[in-house]
Amino acid sequence: MSAQAYRLPQGGRIDRTRPLAIRFDGETYEGYAGDTVASTLLANGVHLMGRSFKYHRPRGLLSVGTDEPNALLSVDRGPGRVDPNNRAGAVEAVDGLVTGSQNRWPSLGFDIGAVNDLLSPVLVAGFYYKTFMWPRSFWDKVYEPIIRAAAGLGVAPEGPDPDRYAHRHAHCDVLIVGAGPAGLAAALAAAGSGKRVMLADEQAEPGGALLHDPRATIDGLPAQDWVAQTLAALDGHENVVILPRTTAFGYYNHNHVALVERVSDHLPLDQARDLPRERLWQVRAGEVVLATGSHERPLVFADNDRPGIMLAEGLRVLVNRYGVAPGRQVAIATVGSSAYTAAADLAAAGIRVTIVDVRLAGDCAADVAFAAQHGIEVLAGHTVVGSKGRLRVSGLVVAPLRADGSVGARRTLPCDCVGMSGRWTPAVHLFSQSRGKLAFDAERDAFLPGTHAQAERSAGACAGDYDLAACLDAGFAAGAAAAGVSEARTFQASPTRTGFQPMRVLPTDADPGRVRAFVDFQNDVTAKDLKLAVREGFHAIEHVKRYTTTGMATDQGKTSNMNALGYVAGLLDKELPTVGTTTFRPPYTPVSFGALVGPSKGALFDPVRRTPIDPWAEAHGAVFEPVSLWRRAWYFPKAGEDMHAAVARECAAVRDGVGIFDASTLGKIEVVGPDAAEFLNRMYVNGWSKLAPGKCRYGLMLKEDGFILDDGVVARLAEDRFHVTTTTGGAPRVLALMEDYLQTEWPDLDVFLTSVTEQWAVIALQGPRARDVLAPFVSDIDLGNEALPHMSVREGFVCGVPARLMRVSFTGELGYEVNVPADYGRAVWEALWEAGRELGITPYGTETMHVLRAEKGFIIVGQETDGTVTPDDVGLGGMVSKVKPDFVGKRSLARPDLVAGGRKQLVGLETEDPHERLDEGAQIVLDPSAPVPVPMLGHVTSSYFSPACGRTIALALVADGHARMGETIHVTTMAGFARATIRDTVFVDAEGVRVHARDS
Amino acid sequence: MLLITCPHCGPRPELEFRWGGEAHVARPADPSALDDRAWSEFLFVRNNPKGLFAERWNHAHGCQRWFNALRDTHSDKFVATYPAGAPRPDIAAEDAR
Ligand SMILES: [Zn+2]
Repeated sequence: MSAQAYRLPQGGRIDRTRPLAIRFDGETYEGYAGDTVASTLLANGVHLMGRSFKYHRPRGLLSVGTDEPNALLSVDRGPGRVDPNNRAGAVEAVDGLVTGSQNRWPSLGFDIGAVNDLLSPVLVAGFYYKTFMWPRSFWDKVYEPIIRAAAGLGVAPEGPDPDRYAHRHAHCDVLIVGAGPAGLAAALAAAGSGKRVMLADEQAEPGGALLHDPRATIDGLPAQDWVAQTLAALDGHENVVILPRTTAFGYYNHNHVALVERVSDHLPLDQARDLPRERLWQVRAGEVVLATGSHERPLVFADNDRPGIMLAEGLRVLVNRYGVAPGRQVAIATVGSSAYTAAADLAAAGIRVTIVDVRLAGDCAADVAFAAQHGIEVLAGHTVVGSKGRLRVSGLVVAPLRADGSVGARRTLPCDCVGMSGRWTPAVHLFSQSRGKLAFDAERDAFLPGTHAQAERSAGACAGDYDLAACLDAGFAAGAAAAGVSEARTFQASPTRTGFQPMRVLPTDADPGRVRAFVDFQNDVTAKDLKLAVREGFHAIEHVKRYTTTGMATDQGKTSNMNALGYVAGLLDKELPTVGTTTFRPPYTPVSFGALVGPSKGALFDPVRRTPIDPWAEAHGAVFEPVSLWRRAWYFPKAGEDMHAAVARECAAVRDGVGIFDASTLGKIEVVGPDAAEFLNRMYVNGWSKLAPGKCRYGLMLKEDGFILDDGVVARLAEDRFHVTTTTGGAPRVLALMEDYLQTEWPDLDVFLTSVTEQWAVIALQGPRARDVLAPFVSDIDLGNEALPHMSVREGFVCGVPARLMRVSFTGELGYEVNVPADYGRAVWEALWEAGRELGITPYGTETMHVLRAEKGFIIVGQETDGTVTPDDVGLGGMVSKVKPDFVGKRSLARPDLVAGGRKQLVGLETEDPHERLDEGAQIVLDPSAPVPVPMLGHVTSSYFSPACGRTIALALVADGHARMGETIHVTTMAGFARATIRDTVFVDAEGVRVHARDS
Repeated sequence: MLLITCPHCGPRPELEFRWGGEAHVARPADPSALDDRAWSEFLFVRNNPKGLFAERWNHAHGCQRWFNALRDTHSDKFVATYPAGAPRPDIAAEDAR
C-alpha cells in the first residue's frame, strides 16, 4: 500500500509541509505535524489497532477522543519511558515515536487469545465468580496466577521513570473547563471583568468541535476563524491563562479542581527532555464553568465491534481535522440527525456514503431531504443486524423494519468503514464529581446537571445544549455570571442538526441469545451479558456494573454507560431514572502516577531529619536506622565486625568505661509560665509541684483513656520553667496533646509551650568514666556526686558553650546528657570524643542503647506499650500520684477493664537455651500441645543478646505476668516453640547502685 | 481538599489543619465524680449526624490554634468557624443551605 493512501488531497489542520514518521508494531507510517497516532495510522489504511480485553477480538478505533475504549496503545519514548494504555486518538504524532498494540500474542493479526472468542458461550458475565470457586485449594496455585497473567490492560513499564513531573498550585476567580464554543464564549465573557480566568482544554488546540466543523458560522465568520479571533482576543487579556493539553480530571471539595497538563509529549523527542513531561495543577477556583461537551453513543447490534466501525462524529473529525478518509465506501447507521452532517462532510470529501436510519421515513423526512441535496442515499426505516469482515469491516448487514415492528429481508451493504450514531451523552463527569445531583432529561434521553453542590455552572453540550448558538449563548451567560459581570450577549450561528429517536438495542431477526452486540467495548460486555446479569438477580445498576464489569477500566464507560443503563431499565421494565446511574469518580481520564507523585520521589519522598552530629557518625562508619522521620546511628561497626560484635563491644564499653551517644532526636518541649507546674500536674501521672529547680524527674503521660502515651525526663530549670523531653517519635503528638488541653480545657492556665527539639543537640556520656571525660570541659558546674546527684540539672557552660547539663541515665550507669545549642552540637561532640579517646570512649548507636535499657528493664513507649497498656501493666503503677485530684487519664485507670484480672503485664523472660534469641512479637503460650486454637498468653516485646548477662534476655507482656514469676512458658519460633522462664524485668544491677556512682 | 477558614488566619487549605472530633464536649470538672457509664460516654460516645455538626479543628501548620466549626457533614459546607470557647452559633440546618 502506498504511503498515506487514505490521506485526502486537501483539508485538515495538519501541516503538510512537516512530514513525520511513527512506528506501530514494528512498521513505519508517515504522517504530518498535527496528526495523532490514530489519524496517522488511518491515513495509511490501518484500522486494526488492538485486541479486546476478554475475547481478544480484533478492534480498531471507535472514537477519536479520550472516550476511546479499544485502540489503546503502548507508547515508547525511550528507555524507561514506556507508557501503556494510551488512546490512539489522543496521542499526538511525533517523529520517531514508537507505538505498539496490546493484549495480543504473538501478533495483532494472529492472536492465540482469540480462542476466548470461540469460548464466549461459557465466558459469560460472572464467569470468574462462578467458575473459580472450587476446589478451594486451587485458588492460590492455579486460578489466581492464570487469571493474573491473562488480566490487565497493557504492560506496566519496568525500571524507574526518568521523566520529571511538576506540581503547581494556583488560584483563580473563574476556571473554565473545555474550550469548545461554550467554553470560549464563557472565557470571552469573563475576560473583560479583569478577574483571574483559567481556561483548560484537553486537546492540543482550543476550539473543541469547531475544529472539525467546516460548515458552521458564528456571527458571520467561519467557525474556525471565530475560534482564531476569540483566542487572539483572550490572548490580549493578561488576566486570562489558557492551558491546552490540560485535562481537568478531578473535581473535589470547595472548588478544588485537579488538572494534568501534558507539557512535552507532543514535542520532538530530543526537545522534550528539558521540560517536565506533565504538570499537575491544583486549582482553587472561585467559580467553575464546566463546558466539557458530550460523547456520542454507539449503536448496539450484532458484531458492532469490527475494526472500521466507528462513531459517526469521529469520521467527521478524521475528514475535516486530519484530512483522512476513514474508508472509500462508508455506511453510516444512525438513530438521529447529527450523523447526516457527518455524512455530508464525508460526501463532500469524495467518499461514497450510504445512510442507514433506524427511524421510519416519516420520522426523519427533513434529514432525508438534506441527504438528497448532498446526493446521499438513505435507507430509512432500516435496522442493522450484523456486520461482515474479520480484521476490518467489509459489509454492514441491514434489513427493513416492517410496520408491525418485525424485521424484513437482510441485505449486505458493502463498505470498508461504518459510522454509527446512537445520540449524545453529555459529559457530566466533573459535575457529578462535584457532588451535584444529576437529573434525567427524557427528551434528550440523558442525565443532565440538576442540583448544584458547589459554585459551578455547566454550559453547552454537557448541559444538553447541542445547538451551536445555544452553546455560545449559554457559555457566555455562564462566564459572565461566574465573573460577576452583567454583560449579556447573543450569538448568530448556523443551525445544528439535532434530534433523535431513542433506541436501546437495534431490532434484529436473530436470536438475541446467540449474537454478540457489544455495549461496553472495553470490557467486552454484550447486551446478552447484561440480560444474564438481570436474570440472575442483579437489579441495582451498581451491582450490574460489578458483575458484568460494564463501565469499568480506562474509559469508565464514557461511550457505554447510557446504553447499558437504558437496556437494563428496559429489561427491568423500569423508567431509566429509577435504575439510577453509577457514580462518576475521579479521574475523568487516566492520570500517570508520575504526575501525581511529582517531585516527591527519591530523597524528596519523605525528607530525612538529621541531627547536627549525623555527619560525624557517617564519617565514622555508622550504620543508620530510620526512627520516625529521623535517621539515627544504629551501631558503629569496626573493620570486620558484624552488628552483633559491634553492639557487644559498644555495650561493654558503656558498662566498663564510657560511651558517647547522640540523643539529639529526643523530643524537647519547653513549658514556661507561672502555672507550668500545675499544667504538668494535670498532664502527667506523677506530681511536679515539689520538684525543686535543678532536679529532674521521669514523667509518664497517659491519654484520657488511661493508656500510656509517652514518657521522658523532665527537668525543672526554674519555678516557672521546665525542660520536658519526649520519645523521639512522640514529640509532635505530645506537644499537640498539651496544646489541645491548654487551649481548650484549661485556657485559664498561664503557660507557654515551645517545641525546642531542633534547638538543642543532646550528647549522652554514659558509663563509669563519664565524669572523667566531661569534667575538664566544665568549669562553672560542680560535677561532684553530692552537688550534682543522679536526676539533677544545671545550666552553665560545657566547652565554653551555654549548656543545660543533666545527670540522667537510660543505661543504668553514671550518665550525663549535655544539651548545647544545635549549631555547637558537633563541635562539643568532637571535643568530648577527642578528649575521651585515651579513656577508650566509644560511640554507640540505638541498638546498644536498646540493649542497655532492656538490661535495666526500662520500657520504650511503642515497643513495650501499644496503646492498650497502663502504668500498672508495665510495673510503673507506683509512679501514679495518689494525692493529685485529677490528671489526664486518672479517671480511666479505675475503669472496670483496667482494674480487672488477666491483664497483660510486663515481665522478663529467660530462654532455656541461653543463646536462643526470641523474635520480638512472638506469641507466648502455656501449653503448646493444647488443642488449636492454642490460648495465647501474650507476646515478646523486646529481645536481645545481653553482653552483661552473657545470654539472651527478653521482655514480654504476659497475662497476669506479675503473678507468674518462675513459671515456664513457651514462645513461638520459626522452628516451633522455645521454653522460657518468667522473671522480673531488671537483668543488670537490680539494686540500682551503679547509676549513683557512690564509690567514685 | 476542603477550604477552611481559620478564625485567626483566614481561608487555608485542609492540609494545614488537623481535625479534632466533636466540639463542645467539655472535660468534666471532676472526673472522679462520674460513674463508669457516664465516664465512658464522655470518653467514647460522640454524635455523627448527617447535617450540621460542630467540630474541632486545629490550625496545626499555621497559628496552631484550636477553633470550632459548623460543617454540614453531607455537603461538606462550612457554615461558620469560631474561636474555641465561643458558643455554637445559632444557625439551623435549613438556614445553612
Ligand atoms: Zn490559624
